[in-house]
Amino acid sequence: MARAAVSRRLTWRAATLQEVRAETGSAHTLVFEVPGWAGHLPGQHVDVRLTAEDGYSTERSYSIASAFSDRDDLVELTVQRIPDGEVSPYLVDVLQPGMRVELRGPVGGWFVWRPADTAPVLLVAGGSGVVPLMAMIRARAEAAVRVPFRLVYSTRTPEDVLYADELRRRALEDRGLDVTVVYTRRVPDGHGRPPGRLTAADLAEWGWPPDFEPSVFVCGPTGFVEAAADLLTDAGHEPQRIKTERFGGTDA
Amino acid sequence: MLDYVDGSSLAGPMRELFAVDVTAVEGRCAGCGLAGPLANLRVYGHDHGPGVVGRCPGCDEVILRLVRTPTDAWLDLRGAVSLRFSM
Repeated sequence: MARAAVSRRLTWRAATLQEVRAETGSAHTLVFEVPGWAGHLPGQHVDVRLTAEDGYSTERSYSIASAFSDRDDLVELTVQRIPDGEVSPYLVDVLQPGMRVELRGPVGGWFVWRPADTAPVLLVAGGSGVVPLMAMIRARAEAAVRVPFRLVYSTRTPEDVLYADELRRRALEDRGLDVTVVYTRRVPDGHGRPPGRLTAADLAEWGWPPDFEPSVFVCGPTGFVEAAADLLTDAGHEPQRIKTERFGGTDA
Repeated sequence: MLDYVDGSSLAGPMRELFAVDVTAVEGRCAGCGLAGPLANLRVYGHDHGPGVVGRCPGCDEVILRLVRTPTDAWLDLRGAVSLRFSM
């Protein structure tokens, strides 16, 4: 139909789960195959819709974890199980390779990093807020650009670190990428910094100074994002250069 | 207090209506005059009910409401003076 051909509205499409990777005890990365996937920017998200046999349906938004590659039609989502959640326990515990869900996306044009951007980048993650920031780190490597990146990642314990092995590897191999993990409850053996919330001193030591005019991306739970954004503006970062993405206290 | 999420969560529902992403569009609040991307709105009702309400992060006034029925989408932009689209 000609009308359908010119319509640029977004619609739901089928996605087949191809592979599952356990990231932590409560988070899995789900690799979906989406035929004809036209690409996405790091920081964009997709909506996932589940429909029960009785027709009841519900949807949630998830950040895309993977960088787009034109070599395949894969989209990776990292989903943290929220025990009382409606959607995440199904995605983490029930969905098996070969099963399908509906996806709508990619969407969101605000909280995105573009490989053509030349400003240094500071990524500040709280918990599973690291997911879209990981997509940016992966997209930087995929595009083979040398824009300096720093990730400051706040999480509870060493067991809660998402992408731990990959972050360790990239910190060594991806030139111009620095990774710092800040633990709020318990630190690994031999770690110098005592456990505690992200502070101004952490951001001063591991982030970029405001004079470098970095692009700053902050993602995490609402309270974390507001606290981190305040620390950054107090340190002299221009609010216009700080992009934030919150996920509420609800089933994410 | 009710939980809210970012205006970024409007991206999917709005892309069913508009050909461009509107979360990066700059809106100006009719209540306090604050201008910023719709991604920065505080969105309520995302986890229940028939629609969502987007409020200004500066003054908490309602900027927009989006309600879906089985056949239609209703978009009420009562609290926005303007939307500025980058061309």
